[in-house]
Amino acid sequence: MGGLDFSLIDWKEIATAILDTLKMLGASAIFTIILGLPLGIILYLASRSSSRRVNSVYVVLSFVVNILRSVPFIILIVAMIPITREIVGVSFGVLGTIPPLVVGAAPFFARLVETSLSEVDRGVIEAAEGMGASTQQIILRVLLPEARPGLFAAMTITIITLVSYTAMSGQVGGGGLGDLAIRYGYFRYEKEVMIIAVVLIVILVQFLQMAGDRLVRHFTRK
Amino acid sequence: MIELRHLTKSYGKGTHITTALNELDLSVEKGEIFGVIGHSGAGKSTLIRCINLLERPTSGEVWVDGVNLTALNTKALQTERRKIGMIFQHFNLLSSATVYDNIAFPLRLIHTSKSSIEKKVNELLALVGLQDHSDKYPAQLSGGQKQRVGIARALASEPEVLLCDEATSALDPQTTDSILKLLLDINKRFNLTIVLITHEMHVIQSICDRVAVIHQGGIVEQGAVTDVFLKPKHVVTRDFIRGESDNSELFKQAMSGDYPLKSQVLKITYLGGKTYESILSKTVRETGVDFAILQGTISTIKDTPYGQLVVRFEGDPEDIVVTKDRLIQQGLEVEVMG
Ligand SMILES: Nc1ncnc2c1ncn2[C@@H]1O[C@H](COP(=O)(O)OP(=O)(O)OP(=O)(O)O)[C@@H](O)[C@H]1O
Ligand SMILES: [Mg+2]
Repeated sequence: MGGLDFSLIDWKEIATAILDTLKMLGASAIFTIILGLPLGIILYLASRSSSRRVNSVYVVLSFVVNILRSVPFIILIVAMIPITREIVGVSFGVLGTIPPLVVGAAPFFARLVETSLSEVDRGVIEAAEGMGASTQQIILRVLLPEARPGLFAAMTITIITLVSYTAMSGQVGGGGLGDLAIRYGYFRYEKEVMIIAVVLIVILVQFLQMAGDRLVRHFTRK
Repeated sequence: MIELRHLTKSYGKGTHITTALNELDLSVEKGEIFGVIGHSGAGKSTLIRCINLLERPTSGEVWVDGVNLTALNTKALQTERRKIGMIFQHFNLLSSATVYDNIAFPLRLIHTSKSSIEKKVNELLALVGLQDHSDKYPAQLSGGQKQRVGIARALASEPEVLLCDEATSALDPQTTDSILKLLLDINKRFNLTIVLITHEMHVIQSICDRVAVIHQGGIVEQGAVTDVFLKPKHVVTRDFIRGESDNSELFKQAMSGDYPLKSQVLKITYLGGKTYESILSKTVRETGVDFAILQGTISTIKDTPYGQLVVRFEGDPEDIVVTKDRLIQQGLEVEVMG
């Protein structure tokens, strides 16, 4: 058992990995929210509709969401290679990891959105209905503002989940900190780089959680 | 102003049908405060929620201000609903918005300009006495203050009708009275029609002009509060009134005593100015009968003072009959009880 030697580390490689992780995370988080938020709203509305037709839409959507959520992420990446190539032109590198990240995380986020919306007090929604609010106004002026703390908590959880997903994206040569840790630590037994990469991931997750908690607290009025 | 025609509302289907309202008819005049009272599960909430179609009736029509709401499409209904304000037992304020923003909410729905919103909201804040709380969130307010915000919000779109769903049931007695006073004040000032539902006779007695008693999804008795309150016909109505002044046991005791044969028990009801006149004492002085008061109430119904006494007269039977007739001549109501 030799001691740890940090003198041989290629800091440039680590800097690149940090940057790659942030790129993957940023892009996938944005698209996850852009797709997941409306999907969550649709799930919420469809589940409460009194129309039988809309209810069957809910059943179908809900089924698809559940399937996407139950596929292991690693398998999703591989299964999506042709689609990924179709969407972003490549199926590897930072760009190639974004579609699977989004498809993996958006349904998860949508469910969390649905749950936060359903926690909004029925009475407040009815009061707005009674004042002549349209469905769109109820979504924008009642549901989203009232569910804001829950939605920020949902985003935090989703983005942190995305951090762990990016760690697996080395499979398609996505790069990033997780990839670095696996390549050095698992395949080459060079613990130093692995330790640094893992520490950086932990710091990133801690930071995201703290930032998320602050937002939630800032918007909680109860 | 409001007319409900053959309103029926049932929940569930097949063998599990609950009929909350059964072929109910009701009409409320412009500018009056109309109370609906009933026991738990009688259908009060269902009734009031049918007025702005938060609940769709299974059959029947809802007319408000000459418009048949049940015949409107979604868009037209949303417009009509702005004429109907509503306040709730649990206030139903936006917890994420300040007092100011809650009151501004209905105005923002119709894209009112910022300056008119500011003017209107400040007016309403003054009306409900919350000028100093405009930047607070509902969680920082007391129950009474929350209901004041609810009232201000309901009035923001200058409605014709205000619906109150158990608006004071979550409040303590003092706060209840202050909210009722505010409602009465608003009713007078804006000639606003108010429909309120409650299970407390006290609320009806304080501010309502007319009352309907609802039982098992139908109206069993309705009329001017003074009539229904002083001469209740239906057993459910009697229940509510007895609940309000629960001394029936005391009364039974008083009635079962051992009294001279030459006596008669009468229930005498005064209304309005007569309450404060010395009619009874003058009359007995003239007829020479004696009396004992077994039970008595002097109170007000809305602004009308009233008194109700159960009195045992003793003396010559003929004199008692004369006494009774004279009391009736002077405008009191007299009912023989035994
Ligand atoms: N959404 C619903 N689904 C099924 N049944 C309902 C529903 N809402 C009300 N009911 C039933 O309709 C009847 C009348 O209910 P409603 O809420 O109008 O009574 P209420 O007079 O307001 O009683 P409370 O004083 O307890 O509020 C009750 O038997 C109730 O169980
Ligand atoms: Mg009720």
